[in-house]
Parts: sequence; C-alpha cells; structure tokens
Amino acid sequence: MDTFASLYEGFAVALTWQNLLLALLGCFLGTMMGALPGLGPANGVAILIPLAFTFGLSAIAALILLTSVYYGAMYGGRISSILLNIPGDEPAMMTCLDGYPMAQAGRAGEALALSGVASFVGAFFATWGLVFLAPLLVQIALLFGPGEYFVLYTLAFATLGGIAATNQAKSAFAAALGIGIAMIGVDTQTGVQRFTFGEVHLYDGIDFLIAIVGLFALSEVFVFLEHRGSREQGKDEAKMKIGRVTPSLSVLRYCTPAMIRSTVLGFISGVLPGAGASLGSFLAYSVEKQVSDPRSETFGKGDPRGVAAPEAGNNAASGGALVPMLALGVPGSGTTAVLLAVLLTLNIQPGPLLFQNNPDVVWGLIAALFIGNFMLLALNIPMVGLFTRVLLVPTHILMPIVAMIAFIGIYSITGSTFELTMMVLFGALGWILRKLDVPLVPIILGILLGNEMEVNLRRAMTISNGEWTTLFDSWLAIILWTIAIVGFVLPIFLGKRVKRKMKEAEEEGPLSD
Amino acid sequence: MIKTTLAGGAIAAALAVTAPFAASAQEFTPDQPECIAPAAAGGGWDFTCRQVARIMRETDLIDGSMRVQNLSGGGGGVAYAEVVNKRNDENDLIVAASTATATRLAQGAYPGNTMDQVRWLGTIGADYGVIGVRPDSEIEDLPGLMSALEEDPRSISIGGGSASGGWDHLKVLIAAQEAGIEDLRAIKYVAFAGGGEAISQLLAGSLQAYSGDLSEAMGFVESGDLRVLAVLAPERLEGDFSEFPTAAEQGLDVVGANWRGFYGPGEMSDEAYDWWVGQLDTMYASEEWKAVMEQNGLADLDLHGDEFNEFVAESVSDIEEISREIGLVQ
Repeated sequence: MDTFASLYEGFAVALTWQNLLLALLGCFLGTMMGALPGLGPANGVAILIPLAFTFGLSAIAALILLTSVYYGAMYGGRISSILLNIPGDEPAMMTCLDGYPMAQAGRAGEALALSGVASFVGAFFATWGLVFLAPLLVQIALLFGPGEYFVLYTLAFATLGGIAATNQAKSAFAAALGIGIAMIGVDTQTGVQRFTFGEVHLYDGIDFLIAIVGLFALSEVFVFLEHRGSREQGKDEAKMKIGRVTPSLSVLRYCTPAMIRSTVLGFISGVLPGAGASLGSFLAYSVEKQVSDPRSETFGKGDPRGVAAPEAGNNAASGGALVPMLALGVPGSGTTAVLLAVLLTLNIQPGPLLFQNNPDVVWGLIAALFIGNFMLLALNIPMVGLFTRVLLVPTHILMPIVAMIAFIGIYSITGSTFELTMMVLFGALGWILRKLDVPLVPIILGILLGNEMEVNLRRAMTISNGEWTTLFDSWLAIILWTIAIVGFVLPIFLGKRVKRKMKEAEEEGPLSD
Repeated sequence: MIKTTLAGGAIAAALAVTAPFAASAQEFTPDQPECIAPAAAGGGWDFTCRQVARIMRETDLIDGSMRVQNLSGGGGGVAYAEVVNKRNDENDLIVAASTATATRLAQGAYPGNTMDQVRWLGTIGADYGVIGVRPDSEIEDLPGLMSALEEDPRSISIGGGSASGGWDHLKVLIAAQEAGIEDLRAIKYVAFAGGGEAISQLLAGSLQAYSGDLSEAMGFVESGDLRVLAVLAPERLEGDFSEFPTAAEQGLDVVGANWRGFYGPGEMSDEAYDWWVGQLDTMYASEEWKAVMEQNGLADLDLHGDEFNEFVAESVSDIEEISREIGLVQ
C-alpha cells in the first residue's frame, strides 16, 4: 500500500502545468527524434540535455522532460521502420521486418496504429513493473558492499557483448576503450593523477556528457557530411499512402497474446544491466516467430504480430531499463546510461538511497511516465500523419541544428573551449568507429561504469586488507558471478544461431548504416 | 522640435561622458558583477555563487544582478588559472572557493599557482566536520575510535565523500595526529563519491566509521542510522546540533571547518576589494542570509578581509604539513 501512497504523491508532483507541458513537449520531440533515421533515443536525450540546463529546469522537471523524450523516441522509432524500411533507432530494427511489407501492401496506417498500441501496452505494463520491482530491488541493493558492486559491474560488461551485438570482439574492444577513457583524471583512492599530462582540464576526467554528445550527435553530423546528397532517396517513399489509422478490433485481438509475451520478455531484458531495448525487441520478435509461426509462413511478409511483438518488446525494455538505473545506479541500456549521466549532473545520486533521499524525484518521474504513455498513445494514433511528415525535413537543415545544439549545450555546461575541442574529437572518434562497425554504446558504458567498477574493487581490497576472497564470500556475489559467467558464455553457443537470424533479417530488409 | 531633440541629445551625450568619472570619483561600484563557480551547475561552488547572487540582489547590495558563470575543470584549477593568468586586474569579479580550494592549493594540485596570487575576500559560513559510527557500534567516543585505530589500524575502515587526501580524509588524520598516532599512513580511508554513499556502506557493514560534513550527515542522524562521535567545531553548535559533543570536549583539540567563501583577482584595486569585503560582511549579517544558512545546514564562520587571508594561509600550511606526512606531497 505504501507503493500506492508514494505513487499518489508522485502524481501530485507530476500533475503541475509546467511538468505536464514538459512531458507533452518531451513526448512530441521524442517521437520526432525517434522517427528520424539515425537519431535514436540515446542521441535524442543527449541532444536535449543542454536544453534542460539552459532552461534552468529543476531536477524533477528536467528528468520528466528527458524521460518523456526517451519514451517518445522508443515510440517514434517504428515510424520510419514501417514507412521507409529504415529503422528510426536501433531497437526499431526488428519492426522493419513485417512493418514495411505491411506498408507495401497498403496497410501502413494499420501497421502504425497497431505498433502504437503495442508500444503503449509494452511501456504501460513495464512502468507498472517499475513501480513494484524498483522498491524491491532497493532492499536487495542494501546487501551490496563494494565487493558485490564490483561483481555487478563485471556482470554488466560480461552480458553487454552478448546477444544484441553482432560481433562480440568489437563490443569488448569498445568497452575496453570506454574503461580506458574512464581512467583519465585524478584517482580518488590515492589522489594520484592518471593520463592527465599536466593538463588541468583533464584532472576531473572526461565528462560523460562530452563523450556522449560527441560520439552520438556529432558523429551523426559527420556521417551526414560524408554521405551528402545520397540520403535523399527516402523522400518519395514517405509520401506513400498511409491508409486507415485505426486498427481493427480483430487485429488487436489477434495480436494480444504476442504483445503479452513480448512485454514480459522485453521487461526482463531491460532490467538486465547492459542488455537493453535492442535485445528486448530482438528476443520478442524471434520468440514470437518461434511460437506463432514456426514454419516461417507469414512472418517477414507483413504479419501484424511481427509488428506488435518487437514494439511491445522494445518499449517494455525501455521501462525495464529504468529499474536498475534508478534503484542501483546501473543503467540497463545506452539511453539509461545517458539518463544516469543527467541524474549525476543534477547532483542526484541514483542507487539504493535515491528512493530514500529523493522520493519526490523518483515517484514524480514514475507518475510522469504513466502520463507520458497516455499522451504518446494519443499523439501516435490520430496524429501519426503529422509525424510522417517529419521524415520530409531535409537532413541538410536538420544536421546543422544538431551541431548547433551540441556546441551551445556543451559550452553552456562547461564554459570552456577545451571541452568543445574534446567533443569534436569524440565526434571524429565516433565517426571512425562507426565506419569500423564498432558499437558506441559499450564505450559510453565503459566511461560511465569503468571508474565505479575499478573504485569498488579497490574499496573492497582496502577494506579486506587485500584478500581476494572477499569478492566471493557472500551468496549474492556468487549468484552475480554465476549470471555474469552464463551471460558471457551462453551467447558464444547461442551466438551462431542468433547471428544467422540477424543475417537473414538483414538480407530481407537492407538497413542503412 | 528638431532643435529640442538635438539639445536633449547633446545633454544626454554629455551626461554619458561625465557619468563614469563621477562614479569612480565617489566610490567603487561594479558595472558588471560576475561570480565564477569553478564547477558545473549543481555543486557546492555553484550553490555558493547562486545563493549569494540571489541574496545580494534581494537585499539591494548589488545594482541589478550578478552573472554566475560555471567554469569547471581541474577541481577548481581551471578557474584559478583563468583568473590568475587572464583576468588578474578585474574589479567586478569574484570566485567561489571552499576548503577544497585551500586543500588543492596546499597539495600543489593547481600547477604553478599559490594562494597569494589572489585576494581572499571572506567566508559566508562553514560546514563543520563530523566523525560518526553505526548506532550499534562498540566505539563510544572519539578517543575510543583513536585508540582502536592505534591498536589495529587494519581492523577499521573509515569512509568519506572526498577523494583520498581530500578534506574528509584529512579531518580524520588531523584528529589522529592530535591523538598522538604516529603511523598516519596505516589508517585505512576509503573514498566514496559522496557522503550518502559512504554512510550506506557504513550501514551495510563494510565500514566501521564515517567522516564527513554535518550538513550531509544530519539526515542520517535523524533517521537513526548514524551516531555522531564528535563534531569538529570550536564549541557546541546551536539548536538541534547542540547534543553533539565537540572533539575538544573529549580532549582532542581539533577543529575541522569546511568553509565556503570567495576570492577575487590578485590585482583587484583596494577600493574594489574593500567594497566586496564590505558587501559580503553586510550580507552575512542579514536576516535573509541567516535563513539560507539554516536551510542548508551552514554553521557560523564569519571571517572577512585580512582576517580571512590569515585563516586561509594558516590552513594551507597545516594541510601541506599533514599531506607531506602521509606522502601525498613530496
């Protein structure tokens, strides 16, 4: 009952005019950003972070805006998947497989509406999961000492390369790169400087916001500069017929079991640190295919269940990913990694104490997610035609805006040109890594978690006077080690199977980038 | 019509020319007061700048408003270097500082910079140090903790919210030095990202003691999760805080104040310096500022002008000495 009382208070926080408007603004911007190919939820949030600071928003208001963008982008990603066969963001990749065939068959509107409903179902129930699971996880979190934290971070890195990545070696390389970048700065455990080369700007290490904005937003601009002119081909296709925009009841009923299964799967993969929404949508789609269409007769040819499953899956995962981020301070996906950075910048320490110290922030945020969900449902079904028009904004107008926001934003946070240079360097790095097909999310996770992982290991060692066995001496640590090892080893066996499927997926619908 | 307009314009122009002279002849007032917060928005230095800017505007100590600029990096070193190297003769500029500034100056963490390159203006309050344990701990008082540390330093881990060699660490070392413990390097200090995190590890049983500031510890004392062994204040604090014994009462003469205050550029004119010191002094005495202090757990520490300069010099040399002893400074 406590949970409901807190939730009620949360609604009191979220239901102010300012916060409602921010949620609406966030949902709208998020859906647009999700719809734009390349601009995914992580980039969307990263781009809008500076705005939140420039407006001088309070912590809770900033969070409501940015999580609305996050949820909105998860909804919006499907639009370009269905209409253009180009995923608006990484998790929406699976939606292409049946969404585009539906659109080609003149059922674009139906596919959009159905996926809107599926997104709502996934996100709505995942938010309930967040309500009940997060406080529970907090109690577990008090069992975490430095040793257990170290194992938890190890787990995050071990499962990261897992199923979602196409090449485990590349994502391991990316994670190592991120951890390396995290080592820059004054070491808190000894006060010694590392990799600072006497440059005073590097003493505090590299701000993750600079890395994130550089790696995601600026590299996007660089990719655009490189492909100038060659990306316009999608324009005409966007003008295709939308068709009816309300799903028929029979189709909804037909897809309900798929949505339920996918919501559960998506939520679980979201909760696991490092797995995230891409995994959620992939698992949801492939499991649904196994269950409903084992002989590959309709999936891939415009089966509505093939649209509903991945959308419910990736939206449920986005809610699930908030659980470990809020309760443990460990992000469950790339976007929550960005949100974690936002919390830290707002001087809010996520983790077990968050519910104790900032209940208004947490419950206000959760209430805002519920409200945002209904707004998004409303925005996405009747107004879907409007968002399809966003796809017509020429990239040569969009990209300069992205670059401008990135520069102004970072300068307004740090007030120094050194950081701008760093950001451009990260942008160049991001561009090179994209060319090499190295995933960027593990880098962010490395920068965000590398320090904590190291520091907790060293805290554990200091406290135990250097006894390594302290890392294995609680049942919690042993469970975490087991999950970490299984999470690392299993994909190596499953990997071939999954990779084959991913290949099939790619052959069926060629993806840009 | 045209004539009068011209005449009016001429008078306005004449006024515009003479006005600055008139002002400087009388007394210093800043044209564009600016406060640099040497960290990103949201931290302690940012708080210092923004609160002072707000109260000064509300109490009309400043005409218009004071611009707050965040110039983060190097634990304040970027801002320090900027002021010393580029803005050394400005009169309209003040910079937020705290014990962390003095600590880093003492440990040479601002390369090539020393404390006498700027003019120290004054404090706006202090956050006194606290050393505490779990409520069920066997350790009863500060001397008890010290003798346990002397007997077997390996059995006690002390956590705090600052980096190794930072203020939370130094407070423990200063107390230990006062208690006559010789091997300061054997004392195990575990650094956390903030006081709250350290206290949660104290509760989880990973740590045996906690060192931090009163403002961050207060919530945990109220919730019954932390027992205060000593407050590192010169005498008992007022109000809710009066129940906590000081270290001095227990025979250890240690004062650890995390002060908050300001410095200005080194070549700031004497008129400007006096003006800023005076304004800070007036603000400190105001009811409005008292309310801010109470709200944010700041205790009384009112040092301005030369007095403050001496205080900073003294604490820099103290910190330097102890940092050398534990090997942080060669």
